[in-house]
Amino acid sequence: MSGKRKMFIYGGIIGLIGAILMKMGNPGNMGICIACFYRDIAGAVGLHRAEVVQYIRPEIIGFIFGAFIIAIFKGDFKSRGGSSPIVRFFLGFFLMIGALVFLGCPLRMILRLANWDLNALVGLGGYVFGIFIGIQFLKKGYTLGRSVEQSKISAYLIPIVAVVLLIFLVIKPAFIFFSTEGPGSMKAPLILSLILGMVAGAILQRSRICTAGGFRDAMLIKDYHFLWGILGIFTLNLIANLILNFDNFNISFANQPVAHTNQLWNFLGMVLAGVCSSLLGGCPIRQTILASEGDTDAGITILGLIVGAAFAHNFGLASSGEGATANGKIAVIVGIVFVLFIAYSIVTSKNKEEIQNKGVVKNA
Amino acid sequence: MPNILDARGRSCPEPVIITENAIKSNPNSSLKVLVDSYAAVENITRFVTKKGYNVNIEENNHEFTLNIKK
Repeated sequence: MSGKRKMFIYGGIIGLIGAILMKMGNPGNMGICIACFYRDIAGAVGLHRAEVVQYIRPEIIGFIFGAFIIAIFKGDFKSRGGSSPIVRFFLGFFLMIGALVFLGCPLRMILRLANWDLNALVGLGGYVFGIFIGIQFLKKGYTLGRSVEQSKISAYLIPIVAVVLLIFLVIKPAFIFFSTEGPGSMKAPLILSLILGMVAGAILQRSRICTAGGFRDAMLIKDYHFLWGILGIFTLNLIANLILNFDNFNISFANQPVAHTNQLWNFLGMVLAGVCSSLLGGCPIRQTILASEGDTDAGITILGLIVGAAFAHNFGLASSGEGATANGKIAVIVGIVFVLFIAYSIVTSKNKEEIQNKGVVKNA
Repeated sequence: MPNILDARGRSCPEPVIITENAIKSNPNSSLKVLVDSYAAVENITRFVTKKGYNVNIEENNHEFTLNIKK
């Protein structure tokens, strides 16, 4: 099978899983949303108290288990890290702020688009523009430095956290919060979510699908490999939704589930998410899969995403169906300035010639 | 003697950019690129193959040497 076709099918399965999970109870146009699901987990463990978005999403646990198991089986599991962890944390943090002002991660943006939520088209424009900005820094030598081998236990921490979350989800201790109304209360059955999450995690690990990588590689090196995966997600989600979720199908900007129509902030929120994903070397999906493969830098990024989600809801940064908040708008501007400053500082602090000389190891 | 590029520990897409820069500066020379992930192997292989280069991959304890030549 050709690479393109394989990627389309891999992506298509993810799109199909999104439609099934939505049919089975997940919130509208949110079969899978990495940002929303980390936000719900942050609420469930009490990092924020927005009562409508608190749930330990089994899909995330499934992603981690699926990617972890297949990575071990295929020899991809490796403990590595130490590549600018604090920068990665803040890039993850601001990526989440941007996503929650838009109301969804890049994956949900594609799923929203497949349900003809036209606000997602504006978000897509912002995301691609943000990636384009990130590429300019990459071309100028932006780097977060080398990762190196870490102690073995480091690689197991994220999968261990996933196990602990699963235990909390099953036994429901009093200190874990579960929404009784709002998006956090809307959920597909636990076992189904976990199993489909594992399937998605395994596919994402093998295919290495990354929404940022898809657009970045197309613009940077004219490689459309990952874009076929994104196209697969969109196409199969669209077809499956026409069959499974036709009542939800609505071609318009207005009255879309868990979305708003403030286009400037839909655009700028996703600009921020795009720049951060580009500078991190991958979108939230990819970071989750890498963390499950033992990459502790991606693990730190996930912690940044979770803390970002907690901030977004503790300080009124996250949008709602009513639109973006004043605090959210300020946070997006601050985020864009901050991440551009970080990228600029990294580029200017590197002597390009020195980087090239270091990159070439003379043959002994 | 081929250039040897050390892209080990570099996150995506740096290994491809390092390879691309080397190819741009000297399109006819052969290269050896050292990487330490399957993802980097796949990405570089796809990139240089489309550019018309041949790739031979050697693996040693999860480290890879990509021998790239026209």
